[in-house]
Amino acid sequence: MSAPVALAPPQERRRAAIAPVLVLIVLAGVVVWLWSSGMAGEILAYSDDISYLAAQHLELVAWAGGLAILAAVPVGIVLSRPAFRSTSEAVMQVFNIGSTVPTLAILALSMTVLGIGTVPAVFGLWAATLLPIVRNTYAGLRAVPPHLVEAATGMGMTPRQVLWRVELPNALFVMFGGIRTALAICVGSAPLVFLIGAGGLGELIFTGIALNDLPMMMAGAIPTALIAVLVDFVFGQIQYYLVPRGINPLR
Amino acid sequence: MIRLENLTKHYGPAHDPFVAVDNISLDLPTGEICVLLGPSGCGKTTTMKMINRLIQPTSGKVFIDGKDTSTVDPIELRRSIGYVIQQIGLFPNKTIEENICVVPDLLGWDRRKSRARAQELLELVGLQPDLFLKRYPKELSGGQQQRVGVLRALAADPPVMLMDEPFGAIDPINREVIQEEFLKMQQTIRKTIIFVSHDLDEAVKMADKIAIFRSGKLEQYAAPDDLLARPANSFIESFLGSDRALKRLRLISVRDAMETDFITVQSSDSIENALQRMRLLRSTAAFVLNADGIPQSLLSEQVADDRSGAVGDHAEPVKCAVPTTGDLRHAVSLMFAHDMPLLPCVDEGGRMAGVMSYRSIVHNLGNGEDA
Repeated sequence: MSAPVALAPPQERRRAAIAPVLVLIVLAGVVVWLWSSGMAGEILAYSDDISYLAAQHLELVAWAGGLAILAAVPVGIVLSRPAFRSTSEAVMQVFNIGSTVPTLAILALSMTVLGIGTVPAVFGLWAATLLPIVRNTYAGLRAVPPHLVEAATGMGMTPRQVLWRVELPNALFVMFGGIRTALAICVGSAPLVFLIGAGGLGELIFTGIALNDLPMMMAGAIPTALIAVLVDFVFGQIQYYLVPRGINPLR
Repeated sequence: MIRLENLTKHYGPAHDPFVAVDNISLDLPTGEICVLLGPSGCGKTTTMKMINRLIQPTSGKVFIDGKDTSTVDPIELRRSIGYVIQQIGLFPNKTIEENICVVPDLLGWDRRKSRARAQELLELVGLQPDLFLKRYPKELSGGQQQRVGVLRALAADPPVMLMDEPFGAIDPINREVIQEEFLKMQQTIRKTIIFVSHDLDEAVKMADKIAIFRSGKLEQYAAPDDLLARPANSFIESFLGSDRALKRLRLISVRDAMETDFITVQSSDSIENALQRMRLLRSTAAFVLNADGIPQSLLSEQVADDRSGAVGDHAEPVKCAVPTTGDLRHAVSLMFAHDMPLLPCVDEGGRMAGVMSYRSIVHNLGNGEDA
């Protein structure tokens, strides 16, 4: 018997570990600068606002992101089914064009229809978040080698079993890529919803800009950045542990 | 057993269809391997996939053990038929154990029973279970993956197996090994197997029956030896190649072809005596055996002809011998390699059991010919 084929080469794993370290170094630099310039104290003066608005921000992201995942994954699955193959490319084009509409425009449209407040904000963020998940779900499922599906069918799996036991697990890594991208967009766009009266950390950012108050602006911007990094980290971990080792390039 | 009855597959419009498989009928007895052979696009894979209804026949029927498969639910049918594909198709998200247990799990076997089965199967092909059960397919070499692919098809012990060029993606050396291994396994499991191949040598080696296809039609269905000896038409003749007689070498065992009336002498015998006995039996050499019956040296007629003295002074050492379990290809190869027109054949204990000569080989190859 020959030796087993080696797993992902160590260089690759090391490269994957470098990214969070770099982010931490940059953050540490920013913190040091803030302390030394004395701005930290001014920012921390907003700590009550920060915690309240950050919670609101996270809530918006959770609703929009969660609903987007719930909607986009099934749509991606349906589009990848053989019965929809002929129309799926056209539908994907519609999604692609839809994604070129700026989030601000989506929010404006959403406000025109739904008014102001949390509901139109969540709807707008949801619409902006949808596309990468649909696209990656669809692409991930289409990229599952046809011979795996043939082997599964030939061994007597029903189409549903083929989907759940073979196609979805093998597409999961790519699907997670889409979810992470989508959530990054969602967290990054969330400050905009302040403009249609839904609050969030955008309140500090936009007010800070309007008043030319740098500490106030930073009080909104830094937590926004931290939330983006944190959300991506959490989903990165979920991806790492949820995607089976046999098909997980990170493990 | 498997019976195909007027099996036909059309693609495209009904008034002007492309006929992929045209009215195929054949019978395969239980426990035999039938190789569907032919150039690509000849309909062999389509025929195979109509057996487990991955492809729905346009007309005709498939019977497995006398049962019309069109009356069985296709999902149930496929679970009762082992299926191996060329790309192996192990599920990369599942461990080797989970892969082997796919069909038992679908059939709702008790977990302990299916896991024990996986272990037993791995042992069967010499892969240590404790080392391999929890590995993922990507951690195995190509040959190991292919073995697991076959095991997976065997897991629920189906009476019938379909194998679509199962050893096609393996390098030639490993392919030989796996083929041998599989044939040895088949001797105990006795599955009824439909095996698609485009490799004539593989077909000759594996098959009890070969079905040769050309553009959807079954051109000839015969045992390998029959096929090589009596090709039905010029297409098959050219498909088999100009060296088809040589391909038959593999099909004839040394035991069946050797001559058992060889001449043995003692080293102390006189040359004249030995020569006399050779001429009497019209043989060209005499062998000297040791006390255990193992051939030590041989005295050829040429050498003996104008010499005198004892056999021991002139006999040449035996450079090689062919086991009786081998085939004629092996024997001929040894004869050529060691320039031995007369080759001793030995049993498992190395004892002399017969001799092989050019004459006996030619005679055996001629047997099946129309001549």
